Amino acid sequence: MLTRRATLAAAASVPFLSYDAFADTPKDVLVMGMQIDDAVSMDPGEAFEFTGGEVSNNCYQRLVRPDPENPAVLRGELAESWTVSDDGLTTTFKMRAGPKFASGAPVTAEDAAFSLQRAVKLNKAPAFIINQFGFTKDNVDQRIRATAPDTLAVTVSEKQSPSFLLYCLSANVGSAVEKAVVMSHAQGDDYGNGWLKTTSAGSGSWVLRNWKASESIMLEPNPNATKMPKLKRVLIRHVPDPSAQLLQLRQGDIDVARNLVADQIKAAKSDPNFKLSSAARSYILYVAMNQNNANLAKPQVRQAIKWAIDYNAIQDNITPSTYKIHQGFLPEGFPAALTDQPFKLDVAKAKALLAEAGLPNGFEITLDHASIQPTADIAQALQANLGAIGIKVTLLSGEGRQVITKTRARQHQLALLSWGSDYFDPHSNAETFNINTDNTDAARNRTLAWRSSWQDKDLSDRAAANVKETDQAKRIAEYEKMQRDHQSRSPFALMLQSIEIAVMRKNVMDFVIAPMSDRTVYTNVYKT
Amino acid sequence: MKGRWRSLAATLASVPITLFGLVLVTFLIGRVMPIDPVLAIVGDRAPMDVVERTRLELGLDKPLPVQFAIYVNNLLHGDLGRSVMTSNTVWADIARFFPATLELATLAILMAMLIGVPLGVLAAVRQGTRTDQAIRVICLAGHSVPIFVLALVSLLLFYATLGWAPGPGRQSVAYEDMVTPVTGLLSIDSLIAGDYGAFRDAVAHMLQPAGVLAYFSMAYIARMTRAFMLDALHGEYVTTARAKGLSPLRVIWRHAFGNISVRLVTVIALTYAGLLEGAVVTETVFSWPGLGQYLTVSLLNADMNAVLGATLVVGLTYLVFNLLADALYRLMDPRVR
Repeated sequence: MLTRRATLAAAASVPFLSYDAFADTPKDVLVMGMQIDDAVSMDPGEAFEFTGGEVSNNCYQRLVRPDPENPAVLRGELAESWTVSDDGLTTTFKMRAGPKFASGAPVTAEDAAFSLQRAVKLNKAPAFIINQFGFTKDNVDQRIRATAPDTLAVTVSEKQSPSFLLYCLSANVGSAVEKAVVMSHAQGDDYGNGWLKTTSAGSGSWVLRNWKASESIMLEPNPNATKMPKLKRVLIRHVPDPSAQLLQLRQGDIDVARNLVADQIKAAKSDPNFKLSSAARSYILYVAMNQNNANLAKPQVRQAIKWAIDYNAIQDNITPSTYKIHQGFLPEGFPAALTDQPFKLDVAKAKALLAEAGLPNGFEITLDHASIQPTADIAQALQANLGAIGIKVTLLSGEGRQVITKTRARQHQLALLSWGSDYFDPHSNAETFNINTDNTDAARNRTLAWRSSWQDKDLSDRAAANVKETDQAKRIAEYEKMQRDHQSRSPFALMLQSIEIAVMRKNVMDFVIAPMSDRTVYTNVYKT
Repeated sequence: MKGRWRSLAATLASVPITLFGLVLVTFLIGRVMPIDPVLAIVGDRAPMDVVERTRLELGLDKPLPVQFAIYVNNLLHGDLGRSVMTSNTVWADIARFFPATLELATLAILMAMLIGVPLGVLAAVRQGTRTDQAIRVICLAGHSVPIFVLALVSLLLFYATLGWAPGPGRQSVAYEDMVTPVTGLLSIDSLIAGDYGAFRDAVAHMLQPAGVLAYFSMAYIARMTRAFMLDALHGEYVTTARAKGLSPLRVIWRHAFGNISVRLVTVIALTYAGLLEGAVVTETVFSWPGLGQYLTVSLLNADMNAVLGATLVVGLTYLVFNLLADALYRLMDPRVR
């Protein structure tokens, strides 16, 4: 029976049922659905995660920046030109006239010097990228200084490849912040870090208007930007669930979905309302074999494992659009990256290698891996692959940081891990995958080679020497040779390289995922 | 009367002891967790000097009892520390995340109560009939279908297919950052701001996640109500009331329901407290920035100050609701007075 009360209740609910606010997003606002709970700071002197890096990349400028079309070529951004002294120690940058901070103040050499000095003095996680040139809080004021309003001199402690310094300065930590604004918010000796964690003071095209951790990020145009954005606002919403991202994209509540999984991407590809942009990221997925394990310490076993993996099946079936096969320690896109694939599934060869190692019946081993996808599925595939040559793998699934904690303590046997390059120079990965000069537990430089208890003096020395090679062609050739030697000797089965894919609505124009991580810019984006 | 005061004093005395136990256990779990808390702050690539300096700054080099004593001392001074994931003080984070959960949980419990109690009573009164069977099936589904399935199906149906409800999140893009936070409850704040559009938008965004949570809670409340009512309807006092010729409605609602309402209060209060913990899965699917999501993300990143702070809030909520249920029990049941 329909009572008067029920009728009133139904009538009251009508406004909600006919709710009309979920129309498409405004034309001058780009709304992205993204997982942003990795961000711990927006201060370029501290941010070292994907989200913080991408936001900083849009809010700040750097002295130099890799060409978006061809990252192997460096272009001046704040620097108009640069010269290297005869002794190779001092690089002098001539600052470009024109770039302005959001406050309207011009970017000076003093700001650029302060920003680098600040990063060294703060000594947060990314500081090592510039500290490796011998800067300390005690010497940095002398070694990085503005010699004129438009001239910045950077003096390193020993001669290095010039491109090495430039690529390191192109990292997020090399972003120029406005000295006067930042220092006006300094508390104690934090150089304004407490304030800059949640805001911006840069000369990029965008200003960070608001960051609510694990909720949203809002960017608005820098009114004094060298290149004005075409949109009035970029809103990044934390949408942790990829299914929810896809639903919101379909409904027009977001314009771009950044974290769809393989199946969803496949569906989106065939939907005429969507288009995709993708680029290889500098993340490599690999199996680390701890040399503390007597079986894994045998060179033939390491090779057998590399020949036992069915790279094609894993890529085709588990990560068809989100990873591609990659077997060199330099990700594709980096100078000197190798794209050939020497390893493929060869069970007979793998078995023969095991027999040669004195283990014809295989052995038992554990494999630590993160419980998230696609890592969990890949771990299962590895278990089956290695099982086929007699290696019985017990899977140990854990939360990502738990697995990292374990491998940092060298308590793993096999571990399925990923590694993202810290900066865009081959030395970033060459160092971590090769250099291990002290294999004791007290070592200071705990590279990936150290974490796998692997010492190869030849490769370690060559990696250390090649960073000082000033002839770029020779340097590249040596990295290529090192990668081939690494493939045949190292305890790393390098498998896949991550591909970042953004799925967007058809009316979003010029949103391009940049090659390499966190380099995507929103300046040219517009909607029709 | 004296016994009543003594009982009240004993109950209140148990509060700090329970909270202390909660902090101790959470602290210990946090410290024995196989995740290095320094990782959350400096990341995987930081050099050793940064790792060691951070470890010192966090006081992780000190023995566990000393670390705990420092934490408790800070806690007693109202300092919950700073979250490394959000860079805010844990208080500030709780002030932001808890109202989102409170808003959702309150709407959910109201919906669950208003639907679940009458359904439970109806099922009991019509025991064994098709109505009873139907209600039991509805409740069984609410209890046995995983909540993420309910949430996704709800989104697919009401948001993606029918277009009746807005999508995930607390508000639409058009209202993003338009309402100044006062209470943290978006619906209330939008009313304070006099922005009816924002209010409508906030409530519309709440209905779906609250509905999913309400369905889950309603299933439990209805089942408990049915069980209590069946018990009551078989009581001699109900037979007496019927024999006296009272109307069926009066017998059901006044005599039987009146008698079970005491027990129902406890059930509802504890269900509400459970909702206030934050529903991780629902919050994730609906991108709802609530306490559950905050707690989970913090835990997975070994952000121990945040975990301890949020756990303390959850514990306090439980305690308060337990005490409230206890007080109501005493108030409503003459035998306890």
